[in-house]
Amino acid sequence: MAGKRDVDEATNTQTTGHEWDGIKELDTPMPRWWLWSLYATIVWGVIYLFLMPAWPLINGATPGLLGYSSRGAVERDIAEAEAVNAPLDAQLMSVDIASIAEDPDMLRYAIAGGGAVFRNNCSQCHGAGGQGALGGYPNLVDDDWLWGGTTEEIYQTVTHGIRYEADPDTRFSQMPAFGDILEADEIAGLAEYVLSLSGADHDADLAAAHQQTFIDNCSACHGEDGTGMRDQGAPNLTDGIWLYGGDRDTIVATITNARYGIMPAFQNRLTDAEIRKVAVYVHGLGGGE
Amino acid sequence: MADNDKNHGAEQDPDVSAASDASEEAAHETPQRGWVLRNHALIERNAFLLLVFSLIVVSIGGIVQIVPLFYLDNTIEEVDGMRPYSPLELAGRNIYVREGCYVCHSQMIRVMRDEVQRYGHYSLAAESMYDHPFQWGSKRTGPDLARIGGRYSDDWHRAHFENPRDLVPESIMPAYPWLARTPIGSENIEAVMRANRASGVPYTDEMLAEARADFRTQADPDTGDVDALLTRYPKAQARNFDGTPGESELDAVIAYLQMLGTLVDFSTFEPDASR
Repeated sequence: MAGKRDVDEATNTQTTGHEWDGIKELDTPMPRWWLWSLYATIVWGVIYLFLMPAWPLINGATPGLLGYSSRGAVERDIAEAEAVNAPLDAQLMSVDIASIAEDPDMLRYAIAGGGAVFRNNCSQCHGAGGQGALGGYPNLVDDDWLWGGTTEEIYQTVTHGIRYEADPDTRFSQMPAFGDILEADEIAGLAEYVLSLSGADHDADLAAAHQQTFIDNCSACHGEDGTGMRDQGAPNLTDGIWLYGGDRDTIVATITNARYGIMPAFQNRLTDAEIRKVAVYVHGLGGGE
Repeated sequence: MADNDKNHGAEQDPDVSAASDASEEAAHETPQRGWVLRNHALIERNAFLLLVFSLIVVSIGGIVQIVPLFYLDNTIEEVDGMRPYSPLELAGRNIYVREGCYVCHSQMIRVMRDEVQRYGHYSLAAESMYDHPFQWGSKRTGPDLARIGGRYSDDWHRAHFENPRDLVPESIMPAYPWLARTPIGSENIEAVMRANRASGVPYTDEMLAEARADFRTQADPDTGDVDALLTRYPKAQARNFDGTPGESELDAVIAYLQMLGTLVDFSTFEPDASR
């Protein structure tokens, strides 16, 4: 009975005509809403092919009637966001860095924007809260500054970096590796004197004997009293705050080999307004001068 | 089986229907409809034929998507600054692949505002044209690394590979302390470069001949001719990346990371609007 399409008595539905051992397959129609949705998506698919870039031709693809491009879209998105911030950024750029904090609205904007910049660009070394990390990454929350803690000085540091070779205006100083200059016993004595400066446990005789060694070799940058010199980025040795560690062995290693921490310059990664914001943010973390 | 007196064989079993039971005109024929539906049974009943036709359909889909990429001018736009990896960078890249860095780190800044503002200029196809295989990745457990070059100091990378949590307390990245301890030789680098050349990377004969010298020079600039290295590989950074004498795997990995995303000169880059 090929091709015969019976109607099933129990359900009053047409069968497909397939029959296996007396069992027939019902040909229940698709729900209308489903069928029409399917047709609608097909129609939409065809329309979309003409609206959006789609058909590959010889040299390029059809641009589509809407002229969409993902690059154009991201440029527009960024321009829109910048347009929203533009008046605030213009105001931020029009005043001196130091006086940004005087206007409460400006300060709030700078701290919010600067916080975002900080978390993306600075936190990997200086910690999410600015607490720094042992091994040469300074704490930004305390009031101990290597190169200066005013907003302008922070701005300068962020813009040009520290010992960042690609930037000619980078902050630069180079402590000599005293392993090439002094004898091992002189370095050991010098370490005792350095320990004594911050009141740590030290050998008083050895320290006293090497005060002159300190004055001869170290005071030009760290000062005769060991309080450091910001022009040279020379740390204060009397405050018990250590970048690389303040135990005897670490101090001997530091004197012997010297330390050259590097911070990248951010002037090519961030806009000037972003650097201003992050300078204000860091200044406001607690130690700003 | 022979003991089972109920087993009369399928032909006598009233519960089993066999081909011989069917009437002359089989009932389970397809209905009389169009030609396609009538003959569709042929495909449904012939697995091999179904496979062949499926393959044809899938191939058409694939060809339509893939073939234009080989001839369209704007697939890989020309940009200034791209060059093949230097021998040391290539060795570092091999370690990057070996350690499975791509499982957690992508190298693909997508064309979206949040990504561009966080990571930098969106990635260009040209930037991975010498990658075999590319390291775009598909998942970010860690951040994107497409423009990691120059973002951190070598010191930072050394400390971070030794133990990431020393620098980033909340990090879940594994430590890779053996990189600093494992010396790396340049014996195989020329062969690796030849393999890349066979895949289309334009290494010149001179680059191959000088591969081992360039490898050493980049990690230890005092031992070789840095100017020649820079002529062959512009913008290559030559210094002692791991801070210790000799070449370690850490030298190679840091050399690779420090150049990522730094080659293209974006001052001369004009985005093609049709992309």
